[in-house]
Amino acid sequence: MLGSYRAELIKLRKRSAVWVLFGAGLVLSLIFGYVLPYVSYLTGDDNPQTTGVPRAEVLRGLLPERVLDNTIGGFPVFAGALSLVLGAIVVGGEYTWGTLKTVLTQRPGRISVLGGQLLGLFTMVAVWVLGIFVACALSSLGIAAAEGGAMNWPGPLEIVEALAGGWLVLTMWCLAGAVLAVAFRNVALPIGLGVVWILGIETLLAGVVSSLLPDLEVLSDALPGANAGALVFSVTGMVAADAPPGVRDAVGGGRALATLVAYSVVFVALAAYTTRRRDIV
Amino acid sequence: MTTTAAPLVQVHGLTKRYGDTLAVDGVDLVVRPGEVYGFLGPNGAGKTTTLRILTGLIAPTSGSVEVLGGTPGQARVLARTGSMIESPAFYPYLSGLDNLRLLAEYAEVPRARVREVLELVDLAGRAKDRFSTYSLGMKQRLGVAAALLKDPELVILDEPTNGLDPAGMRDMRRLIRELGSEGRTVVLSSHLLGEVQQVCDRVGIINAGRMVAEHDVEELRGQQELVIRARPLESAHSVLRDVLGPEAVHLYDDTLRVKVSPDRAAELNRLLVQADIAVSELRSTERALEDVFFELTTEEKSHAG
Repeated sequence: MLGSYRAELIKLRKRSAVWVLFGAGLVLSLIFGYVLPYVSYLTGDDNPQTTGVPRAEVLRGLLPERVLDNTIGGFPVFAGALSLVLGAIVVGGEYTWGTLKTVLTQRPGRISVLGGQLLGLFTMVAVWVLGIFVACALSSLGIAAAEGGAMNWPGPLEIVEALAGGWLVLTMWCLAGAVLAVAFRNVALPIGLGVVWILGIETLLAGVVSSLLPDLEVLSDALPGANAGALVFSVTGMVAADAPPGVRDAVGGGRALATLVAYSVVFVALAAYTTRRRDIV
Repeated sequence: MTTTAAPLVQVHGLTKRYGDTLAVDGVDLVVRPGEVYGFLGPNGAGKTTTLRILTGLIAPTSGSVEVLGGTPGQARVLARTGSMIESPAFYPYLSGLDNLRLLAEYAEVPRARVREVLELVDLAGRAKDRFSTYSLGMKQRLGVAAALLKDPELVILDEPTNGLDPAGMRDMRRLIRELGSEGRTVVLSSHLLGEVQQVCDRVGIINAGRMVAEHDVEELRGQQELVIRARPLESAHSVLRDVLGPEAVHLYDDTLRVKVSPDRAAELNRLLVQADIAVSELRSTERALEDVFFELTTEEKSHAG
């Protein structure tokens, strides 16, 4: 497994598509977390009736005390979609390039190869989360320095908890992309289905259920996106008014954590079962 | 490198079915240590499917397969087997060197071996170029390098000269012969008769999923026959078939190929002349593998029909 993991890290490290996805996630985090709110702060006025939010409140959202909200607030939806794409291209690429047969005829067993791949992805997602956190922290630091804002950082435990929660959210979506890629032996179809699910269908389902079919809320609250959002709310203390579109606080933190872990385990088990039994043609 | 006395590959009654399609149908196959075994057949005959089974990539529907004393796909079997199945598949964004480095990680072989195999296939000069920029010939050579990474006892190469120019084909054949002369066992699939004839010790001929012959190449080639040119050809064909049986006489272009000892040439000439058939040519010849191949695969088709 260690050899498979090292090999996977070589592949991930040298694949430009991985860094493009990471860069897109980071840039989007900064744009929606800092650049647009800061521009609105600079150009807005103090009248809450014109923009809906007082300038002081906008600034407060950009300071170090809210760095965790800005780091992982977008993970359940837009960064989650990018993470799903990451899982799909990394695992699906092996099928479209035919490299899986090249790898499997070396030495490692199928589960070892898949295990190395998933561990590599987990590692890269962790690097990604840390990268976004550092970028967000530097942005909030700069804004606080420029505007004379308070330097109240979250405690170390809060930071670890939030980053771990964010990592779990992205990892769950990454595994969803990976298992779809194994199922379809492809890259394009898993990406299409997965992204449509994250960005459209889940939000649509949640909206329909809450307005028309409240009895089915138990089902919509079990969906991965709903639990990803709930976990982010739980580990950041974010309030609904500050949440990005599509991120909602549907269930409690403990339940959200257990549900995301369960989804991740199911995705890994499905990918392992299929990889182990399938003919590689 | 070590060899064992027992056959390295033993296949019995191997069958692979995809839905209604029978890709491999009851194939028996034995590959002995140290030989270069040619697996010959037309495109779609079942060669690649059989080789995929030998490397553990696909599971047989039925039959028994033993490779290096174990089951295909087992780690201890793969550790002693190098293979290139179908077209060489590598990561296009990585260099040849990086591709082999990561395969070395999977195979658990020292990195120094990567340089050795690159030298062996004459790719060291382009090792740092991206795989996507390689010509087809270079890709094939990288595939062979990957197959040799583990310094394997058994090398399985699926159509390794596909897409190579004549010089590349010559170099590849030389490399395969060298592998054989080093004592490695090589299983080589090909649809090129000349290739098999030039590099292999034994050959298995597969057609429509069935093994139709398995012989020493020399044994197949060495069978002598008579070539007869006569008019009318159909009458000559009929006369000889009546005397020698249908299996011994074959129409090949505008000649008859007769599988009998050249000692019987005079006797057959007399028979034909007595039947009022004009014989314009009668000579003995050593059969080429190509003739054997077409004869066997044509027979197989006619039996199937």
